[in-house]
Amino acid sequence: MTPEFETVIGLEVHAELSTASKIFCSCATGFGAEPNTQVCPVCMGLPGGMPVLNRAAVEKAVRAGLALGCEVQTYSAFDRKNYFYPDLPKGYQITQQERPLCLGGSLMIETAGGEKRIGIARIHIEEDAAKLVYGGGKVLVDYNRCGVPLAEIVTEPDIRGAEEAAAFLKKLRSVLRASGAAECRMSEGGMRCDVNISVRRRGEQFGERVELKNLSSFRSVARAIEYEAKRLIAAAERGEAAARETRRFDESTGRTFAMRRKESGGDYRYFPEPNLPPLVLTEEEIERIRASLPELPDARKRRYVSELGLAPFDAEQIASENAVADWFERAAALTPHRRRLAALTLTELFRLLPSDPESVPLPPERAARITDMAEAGEISAAVAKRLIERCFAEDVSPDEVVRAEGLGVIRDEEELERILREALREEPKLLTDYRRGKSAARGAMLGRVMRRTGGRADPQAASAALDRILNEE
Amino acid sequence: MNITDLSAARLSALLRRGEVSALEAADAYLCEIERREPRLRAFITVTAERAREQAREIDRRRASGEALGPLAGVPMALKDNICTEGIRTTCASRLLRDFVPPFSAGVAERLERAGAVLLGKTNMDEFAMGSTTQTSFFGGTENPAAPGCVPGGSSGGSAAAVAAHEAAFALGSDTGGSIRQPAAFCGVVGLKPTYGTVTRYGAAELASSLDQIGPLTRTVLDCAMVTNVLTGHDPRDATSLVREYPDFTSDVSRGVKGMRIALVREFFGSPFAEEVQRSVRRAAEMFRSLGAETEEVSAPILTRALPAYYIISTAEASGNLARYDGVRYGRRAENASDPDELMRLSRAEGFGTEVKRRILLGTFVLDGENRERYFEKAMKVRTLVVRAFREIFSRFDLVLAPTTPTVPYRIEERDADPETRYLSDICAVPASLAGLPALSMPFGRDGAGRPAAVQLIAPAFGEREIFRAAYALEREEGDV
Repeated sequence: MTPEFETVIGLEVHAELSTASKIFCSCATGFGAEPNTQVCPVCMGLPGGMPVLNRAAVEKAVRAGLALGCEVQTYSAFDRKNYFYPDLPKGYQITQQERPLCLGGSLMIETAGGEKRIGIARIHIEEDAAKLVYGGGKVLVDYNRCGVPLAEIVTEPDIRGAEEAAAFLKKLRSVLRASGAAECRMSEGGMRCDVNISVRRRGEQFGERVELKNLSSFRSVARAIEYEAKRLIAAAERGEAAARETRRFDESTGRTFAMRRKESGGDYRYFPEPNLPPLVLTEEEIERIRASLPELPDARKRRYVSELGLAPFDAEQIASENAVADWFERAAALTPHRRRLAALTLTELFRLLPSDPESVPLPPERAARITDMAEAGEISAAVAKRLIERCFAEDVSPDEVVRAEGLGVIRDEEELERILREALREEPKLLTDYRRGKSAARGAMLGRVMRRTGGRADPQAASAALDRILNEE
Repeated sequence: MNITDLSAARLSALLRRGEVSALEAADAYLCEIERREPRLRAFITVTAERAREQAREIDRRRASGEALGPLAGVPMALKDNICTEGIRTTCASRLLRDFVPPFSAGVAERLERAGAVLLGKTNMDEFAMGSTTQTSFFGGTENPAAPGCVPGGSSGGSAAAVAAHEAAFALGSDTGGSIRQPAAFCGVVGLKPTYGTVTRYGAAELASSLDQIGPLTRTVLDCAMVTNVLTGHDPRDATSLVREYPDFTSDVSRGVKGMRIALVREFFGSPFAEEVQRSVRRAAEMFRSLGAETEEVSAPILTRALPAYYIISTAEASGNLARYDGVRYGRRAENASDPDELMRLSRAEGFGTEVKRRILLGTFVLDGENRERYFEKAMKVRTLVVRAFREIFSRFDLVLAPTTPTVPYRIEERDADPETRYLSDICAVPASLAGLPALSMPFGRDGAGRPAAVQLIAPAFGEREIFRAAYALEREEGDV
């Protein structure tokens, strides 16, 4: 990025709150149901349909607010945001414009330059719109999503680039999941993001800001920001003023383009929602929710570093998923070798888990046992990996697998020498290459031993055996 | 005995004693509807077969000794902005002319549980916008109490049906006088209950912070009886209050001795017609003769209620009517090339002039800087109106006022400029802005025999006091 310019970014993140029913009616919120089967007169905007606030959605949003260090408001209120769009059955969205539920929080992110605080301006709750499905020259509307509770989390303009934005979203997702506020299933649109971006010459005023709408993956957010920042800087360098506009990111081309004015809306003519009384919470209710919050990722991370001796990066990764962190703590209690357990968790276990793990099928005691065997040199790294895969997939003990399949490490240099000679007989070229001074051939020869032993060869013993062969002639 | 001439209370007593069957009652009313409808047009939809079926079912249950609700077998009508499952609910609009709701409004359910028999859905101004019942897509209603005149509105169909004995009682909705003004014009009793006491669930909204459903009846006692059924908490309406309600009929006859009744000075003089002012003064005199105290008070802010009302009600209406876009239900414009055009054309073709005018007004007062200039200022006036009433009710039990500035006028005069028409709500809107209960009752007639009326306003939950005073006036007037 041109060092002369700075990119200033604020995010508006919409997270679906994890409630069983919608925010203003009792329809189910489950994802993937047949279109228009989770609807009623209220969320379909029939005449006389009236909103009734689902207190569970409030509780979830308060959890999010507390987890992000916000000031939860004892008095907040709902407004109508008026605009016409086919996905909006009432012609307005019920949201909180003037009096949001939460104000002023923050989130710490890890950046290349160390920890950074990103301010949270506000969190308010609102209803989701329906889903439009285009196809065959038709526009179809699925109202199942209409009325699903959303928390809109608005950051301060503290973010300075695509990388920070991605780090923030990742961390936010982990905090929302850990606090029990939201599942944030990306594939289901459980977390969506609008980006407000502007560029300025360092030390100067903010430029006009551009809004990038409805990005549904971390990758899209990062790509859209990178593209848009370049575009805005190029414009600024040409001396053009950026227009204040709303743009859409096209995933296939990786470019942004301006939306029609109609789509981006103008004045929303907000006014207080007359059908909903103000949302009043008592301090006791808020404290009760605070007391029920589980330990959050940052606290876990700090504890893993100080108590378990993990490296900060490893600790952050493990603490970011509640299910993994819970599992890790149980396994860590069974082995003194926490750093190796962490390494195995990050390199081997994470690969096997889905993106939103609810639980870890590998029993913690088996993970601890594999860790101990690896630490003691009884099995090689490759075998440790295989054992984790086996014990993850089926109900077998690592010791049994090692015994039944003869996976113990081979330290016997004579045996390794025999295996090496066999390999060199089949590929004499390796040896001639080595003699001609190709040093890479040595590594290739060790690789053959590993392959022939199924990764069980002790690297040091194999190296010594190879040296004996090479020194012979 | 002519069944349709009986009050709902009297008919209900005869039904209970088995002297009249529910089917007889339904048939009598359906017969009257058939006779008078061609000219009156008080109904948009008559549900004759359903009514007979419902009546037969009530007769069967009574015969088998089952417990029945307080209105069992009493034939009634609902304004056509109150959703009824399986029965089209049009809001008198072209846009909803074929709309059949899949659910019933809370008040419709309450009446059904009470055993009331639904005769049909009554005419109204389109989407309850108007005071003449002439903006209906289905054609205007005539005033049965003043032939050739408008019945008032927007609940003009309900008022006319009750006045013409086409229904024992009817429900209307009142945003800024839409029950009281047609009740006054048709010579019947109409109550706008305290905001939050009657569920609005399932009633098409005009201005949510002002709308209340209420009864139109021929007598004060009927009004109290129906109010008993309508009031009560509905968890589906977040503005519905959790509250215990008394039996409103129990002390209607207690009299007004010792009651303190205020007359608001600003509701006399221009633009109030001579005969209207005379009715109010005569009612005040009658109250005094019955042992109440009356006193004139001044509350100048009430004259500002009208513009504030039109700003707030049109603002809310502009939002509430946004849902009628032809996408999910209602009349859909043909030949639209994309969803935007579909919505635009459906609304352009579906709404009448008055509805468009108010949506534009409401959109205007919320747009950009206008919001502060109009909407927020109106909200401040609203607060002042609330305060003015609080001040009055710290010293008085009731306010006695005109319901409308004039007696019913001829249908040809309906197209006066909108400002003049809006003025007809001037006495009705203060109670609406403050969410207070207010009742209009017939009181005398003008020289041409057209009904005159008075309005009684009470503090919140003061329906009992209203009924007591109204009942006393009604009885005294009947004795004259």
